Amino acid sequence: MFLQIFFGYCALMIIASGILAISLRNPVHCVLMVLVLFFHMAGLYLTLNAEFLAAVQIIVYAGAILVLYLFVLFLVSLREELHLDAFIPNAWVGRIIAVGLALALVYVIPAFTLGEKGTWSTAAINELTHTKAMGQEMYTTYLLPFEIAGLILLVALIGGLVLARRDEGQIEEVETPSDQKPRSQADPKEVTL
Amino acid sequence: MIPLSWYMTLAAILFCIGVCGFLTRRNVIIMFLSIELMLNGVNLNLVALSHFLDSLRGQAFTFFIITVAAAEAAIGLGIAIALYRSRRTVHVDTINQLKG
Repeated sequence: MFLQIFFGYCALMIIASGILAISLRNPVHCVLMVLVLFFHMAGLYLTLNAEFLAAVQIIVYAGAILVLYLFVLFLVSLREELHLDAFIPNAWVGRIIAVGLALALVYVIPAFTLGEKGTWSTAAINELTHTKAMGQEMYTTYLLPFEIAGLILLVALIGGLVLARRDEGQIEEVETPSDQKPRSQADPKEVTL
Repeated sequence: MIPLSWYMTLAAILFCIGVCGFLTRRNVIIMFLSIELMLNGVNLNLVALSHFLDSLRGQAFTFFIITVAAAEAAIGLGIAIALYRSRRTVHVDTINQLKG
């Protein structure tokens, strides 16, 4: 009973903060809403006996990725944001597509049947602790993907450094007009989307 | 005990919230954030299935998805900063240089 109530609370908070995150005008508020969402996702992982993933969710997603988003949001001045043409000119068409996709997905869920069970039952994981079980899987069955993930992180590190680096020739023409501009425009009340 | 279908329904709804945000918002950073929402919906599905199937395969997959999401955020936000830096002096309205 307690589990159901906890699941209901987490699901409600996830849906509410998700909808707020894509509809609020101020991008900083959006990122903070996603932070709330990630914490409740970690709660859901706890109900699924995945303690290690709950910790990773909070440490990596909430602690690293969202902080990166916040840094970039504050670096890019809030008023003149980076805008792309939306893929769909009318926002309502996008909403209808999303709702239709949700209805279709929810409609087909009852037809889903589970496959055959594996060897890591909840009792086996609890006996070994979840972190240890994950480590055993990770360093035996998934050793090669694990190494490739490390390589991907290295590529992302170098790529991020190269992309964010300032070219030598750009310094004079960029820095003079920009020094006062972002500070005067950083008022979050004046965000226009 | 929470049935599996609850988790799958929540994951589908979360994924569609991400789709909606990606299709309707015009801010590049919020579009990246919507991609993170979609990835989280998929992650929830994978973790729930791996719990109900008595297997760690889905959780290992979730682990790798989180790794790739971190890399994607770093690269994507680096591109956003580079775009912002190069177009700051001109009027930043639409980025359509690659349209040809």
